[in-house]
Amino acid sequence: MLEKAIYGGRRYWVWVCFLLSLIGIGFLAYLYQFQNGLGVTGMSRDVSWGLYIGQFTFLVGVAASGVMVVLPYYLHNYKKFARLTILGEFLAIAAVIMCMLFIFVDLGQPLRVLNVILHPTPNSVMFYDMLVLSGYLFLNVLIGWTVLGAERKEVPPPKWVKPFIILSIAWAPSIHTVTAFLYAGIPGRHFWLSAIMAARFLASAFAGGPSLLIILAMIVRKYTKFDPGKEAIQTLGKIVTYCMLINVFFLGLEFFTAFYSQIPGHMHSFVYLYTGLHGHSQLVPVMWLSSILAVIAIALLVFPQIRKNESLLAVACVATFFSLWIDKGFGLVIGGFVPNPFEKITEYWPTLPEALITLAVWSIGFLVLTILYKIAISVKEDVVFDKYGERQIK
Amino acid sequence: MSMNRREFIKIAGLSSILGIGGVAGVSALKNSVEASQTSKNPEALTAKRWAMVVDMSKFASEEDFQPCIDACHRAHNVPHITDNPKHEIKWIWPETYEHAFPGNEDEYRAEKYQHMPFLMLCNHCENPPCVRVCPTQATFKRKSDGIVMMDMHRCIGCRFCMAGCPYGARSFNYKNPRPFIDESKKNPEFPTRMKGVVEKCTLCYERLAKGLEPACVEAAKEVAAKKGTTPGLIFGDLEDPNSEVRKILSERFTIRRKPELGTGPSVYYII
Repeated sequence: MLEKAIYGGRRYWVWVCFLLSLIGIGFLAYLYQFQNGLGVTGMSRDVSWGLYIGQFTFLVGVAASGVMVVLPYYLHNYKKFARLTILGEFLAIAAVIMCMLFIFVDLGQPLRVLNVILHPTPNSVMFYDMLVLSGYLFLNVLIGWTVLGAERKEVPPPKWVKPFIILSIAWAPSIHTVTAFLYAGIPGRHFWLSAIMAARFLASAFAGGPSLLIILAMIVRKYTKFDPGKEAIQTLGKIVTYCMLINVFFLGLEFFTAFYSQIPGHMHSFVYLYTGLHGHSQLVPVMWLSSILAVIAIALLVFPQIRKNESLLAVACVATFFSLWIDKGFGLVIGGFVPNPFEKITEYWPTLPEALITLAVWSIGFLVLTILYKIAISVKEDVVFDKYGERQIK
Repeated sequence: MSMNRREFIKIAGLSSILGIGGVAGVSALKNSVEASQTSKNPEALTAKRWAMVVDMSKFASEEDFQPCIDACHRAHNVPHITDNPKHEIKWIWPETYEHAFPGNEDEYRAEKYQHMPFLMLCNHCENPPCVRVCPTQATFKRKSDGIVMMDMHRCIGCRFCMAGCPYGARSFNYKNPRPFIDESKKNPEFPTRMKGVVEKCTLCYERLAKGLEPACVEAAKEVAAKKGTTPGLIFGDLEDPNSEVRKILSERFTIRRKPELGTGPSVYYII
């Protein structure tokens, strides 16, 4: 099926070359980082994780969110998602690859990365994160490829793949739970030491991931003959709505615990992020942008009449995605480090090389996604959907 | 036996997967055995659990504590990074009361306590979170004497330990530290580090093995000898009821940093 990725129109190749050039620039930036050390980033002794780990955290959520289309389709036989599942699974593959790359570029000694396997350490959450992420990648490649291959041959998928699908459904929440445990089990970092961290992660993932999937489905529909289905998009919109509300509710719970208990350590990070602490307020505008986007998203999503308008749904999804991207891909990580264990404040802002490397990892993700979607759509365009489709192909 | 290409690739693939898994399994077993010297130096200082008491009455000004810092940083080739405070490497350094013991501030506490230079170093916790989170056991707790050790050759530089340490005791080499080491003060017997690894106080395990006390403790003794007082840093075995450390703990009121986190810090402060 891979051969389908090398036949494409002008627009396809322009897009691929655009991504490749971003990857090239980022690769040069990475060589610079590799040569000079992580000092070329904005990270410090106090804020020792930054944009890279934030992006990793956010993208694990995107990867896990594939389950939001896989579960209704396979467990509840929700046929409307038939054409969306492959897009969800392939998005998960691209997201997991980005996660792994973000971990890799964050390492001080990347050439020693195999030490994690050579010296397996079951008491470290990082060890489990490696296991669940590689397992999830394997499952999605296996399932996506097999099901799509069967579809191309216009035969039902082989029976043996079903247990793997069930496993992948159970596996998806596990990757994000383990990622939350990276943070939630650390003593002395009050901002992260919260029992609902994993639940918050899952809620934001199941809002952010599907909102990206909606946007992708709309792009696919616009530029190809393949239509993932209007109703499928609407159902996803409903999922985004509920999960976004749950996510904001969970965030509210964190606020309540911190500010009603009035324990300084529990309040400090929130104060730093949303109003600034002791005159340090670099992240305040960014966090408020995230909050405003969340309000806009919810205002648009919560009314079915508005949500049914696809252009407004698209706006809501973009707002949801960026709101969560800021909140989880940036604020959550930095907030945990400010103030530091001495209750001093060191601020963090990514540097240019750091931003270029981040952009390059996203470009690699989108390149993988483009190629996988190209293959999936080429197969789908060849297959007639007359059973469930609203717009028939061929 | 004949096999076609497909079968060969299958077997080759499967055996390489098993091979990697096997290596992981064997090394998991291997890791349960601690590295040890073949014959121990009979003069080596040993303990079941090393601990330190910092007597703040002996640390009034910079001339009291700076020799301890200098001795440590010189003994371990700790780079002196001044161009960017974000990249600082510190093994032992002073903090004021409010920063050393956050959450215990009191605006009415006597001024002299507020500005005391509390010496910060790795607490060599009984239950160290940094060891718990390290994915490669590059940082580990030595079973014989409780020192939280660093294997800078194994460290992958993920900095999980820095997030895990509630005492801010760990530093990461954000750049090559070697140009920042004063050549004239270099200790050729202790390795310098490369960029991309985490480091911290290791309670001078290399000096203990030679029968010497930690560099900071030795420096504190020298300062005390000059002034004709008792030293400000006292070092000993926490599990030995007759050790000097235990004697002090049974007589004086001491505090530890963030004991409520359950880490069991081994550094005590007398105020």
